[in-house]
Amino acid sequence: MSTQNIDIEKLKLQALQNRKDILETINAAGSGHPGGSLSAVEILLSLYSYKMNHKPDDPTWEDRDRLIVSKGHVSPVVYVTLANAGYFPKEELKTFRKFQSRLQGHVHTKVPGIEFNTGSLGHGLSVANGIGLGARMAKKNFNTYCLMGDGEIQEGSVWEAAMTSTHQKINNVCAIVDYNKVQENGPVSEIKGLEPLADKWKSFGWHVEEIIGHNFKQLIAALDKFDTVKDKPFVIIAHTIKGKGISFMEGEKGWHGKAPNDEQLQEALAELNS
Amino acid sequence: MSKKIPTRDGFGKELVEVGKVNDKVVVVSADLEDATRAEYFRDAHPERFFTVGIAEQDMVGTAAGLALVGFVPFINSFAVFMTNRAYDMLRLDLCYNNTNVKVICSHAGVTVGPDGATAQCLEDYAIMRVLPNMKVVCPVDDFEARKATRLFAEEFGPMYMRTSRAPMPVLTKEDDPFVIGKANVMREGKDVTIIACGVMVSEALAAAEMLKKDNIEAKVVNMHTIKPIDQECIIASAKETGAIVTAEEHQINGGLGSAVAEVVVKECPVPMEMVAVADTFGQSGSPDELLAEYHLKDVDIAAAVRKVVKRKEGSKKEETVNT
Repeated sequence: MSTQNIDIEKLKLQALQNRKDILETINAAGSGHPGGSLSAVEILLSLYSYKMNHKPDDPTWEDRDRLIVSKGHVSPVVYVTLANAGYFPKEELKTFRKFQSRLQGHVHTKVPGIEFNTGSLGHGLSVANGIGLGARMAKKNFNTYCLMGDGEIQEGSVWEAAMTSTHQKINNVCAIVDYNKVQENGPVSEIKGLEPLADKWKSFGWHVEEIIGHNFKQLIAALDKFDTVKDKPFVIIAHTIKGKGISFMEGEKGWHGKAPNDEQLQEALAELNS
Repeated sequence: MSKKIPTRDGFGKELVEVGKVNDKVVVVSADLEDATRAEYFRDAHPERFFTVGIAEQDMVGTAAGLALVGFVPFINSFAVFMTNRAYDMLRLDLCYNNTNVKVICSHAGVTVGPDGATAQCLEDYAIMRVLPNMKVVCPVDDFEARKATRLFAEEFGPMYMRTSRAPMPVLTKEDDPFVIGKANVMREGKDVTIIACGVMVSEALAAAEMLKKDNIEAKVVNMHTIKPIDQECIIASAKETGAIVTAEEHQINGGLGSAVAEVVVKECPVPMEMVAVADTFGQSGSPDELLAEYHLKDVDIAAAVRKVVKRKEGSKKEETVNT
């Protein structure tokens, strides 16, 4: 899809719908992770509605672009994005986290469109690198995207993988950090700060694009830039707001992993509808 | 039994051959390929060899990614760095995702020798066999190491192989059958069954020779696959001989002895003794000194056999009194 044809207003409307679906899905489940789901809505929509080559009716198509969701707890935003893209019936979102549902608490390959089971942090970038190396050996042109959380990159294994990306000259993997500034027990800057984050990645030999992760134009420009950078591994640091769109959730650690009750859901939906 | 070869050599050489006929086989390494002998593959097939440096977690994840796009990655390290350091990756990336990755580890057991306790992995069977989808194999000699390497490349799913640094006597023949999950009987006997794996199989055979003097005829089983364990063989042996001794170069908790006991207790209760490391760490020394220190020698197995046979005879007498 070319940038000229992309309808930003349509994407914004879809983002609004996805936020509602995320909240309803977590409310119905009675548990789940709204904060980091709401911060990643535009990132995932940019991938599935703009950037990635994929076929919702043929999820295992060999030449598809892949997404590894390394922060596997944001399953609500991933499942909602996939359902609304046509991967599985939206009705099924009601079964999220329920016994015998495909929609496991953390992303699972039972769900069409999910490439890898995750849920323990710091795994995704290594796996994405492996796919990238494999694609290169098999002379395949598809790309692999890897969504990570900001707190997640406190895991040392992320930096093991980051060094491998550089050393192996992996240029068909695009890492995306959802930098929403808040982790389970408080602000990232207070628990173990990441700054200077862009410099960290640069010093590991990466090309860094730093953008506002709720701005579709910036997301699309950064994702398009990825196609042109071939001499370095590529990371997008997407500055976002945890709980984005719901004033009582924004920036609040308490909404990292808690479901809104019925009253809170109505309040949140009313805010989104206003 | 004259020639002794470390099983890591059999693995390394065979993987080169496997790589010639299967271009999907790749190696991901964490800077110990010289020690594990994956270096032979590196030199023969450099375009299919990747090192991630000293980064075991990254090695496992990278291999899982390669498996997702159809490759058959063999990863390798010392057993302790692989199974302990990267456990979460083995659990999630390999077992929970059921990826087709082969885990090959040398440097397990006290026969690692002078490197001392840090490198002497004594818990790999326990922590690998508890993972769903994982298969656990310890070839007894060079031929089995080669056969296991071929089967690892052919059969789907995550698999773990413990190879030896210490030279191992060649106990089998090239055309002996080797099936993952199917034990090989090395010696028949009617009074007791010694179920052993790895270096302990030759100790068990030596013990069986010693026990002739005590008029004890010991059956010796080479349980090269710890998971899935050969239940049929265990049940048949328990019924035939009425007593079992296990022998492994591993902690007493959770390894081969435990795996055999799980079957025996449920299916065919008979007296059992376990020869294994007694919940302690190793130390520096020569393999033979250490096998003796930790009571893993033929004499230790023979002592355990005498004990278990006495228990078996005791329970027989009790039965007679009661009837």
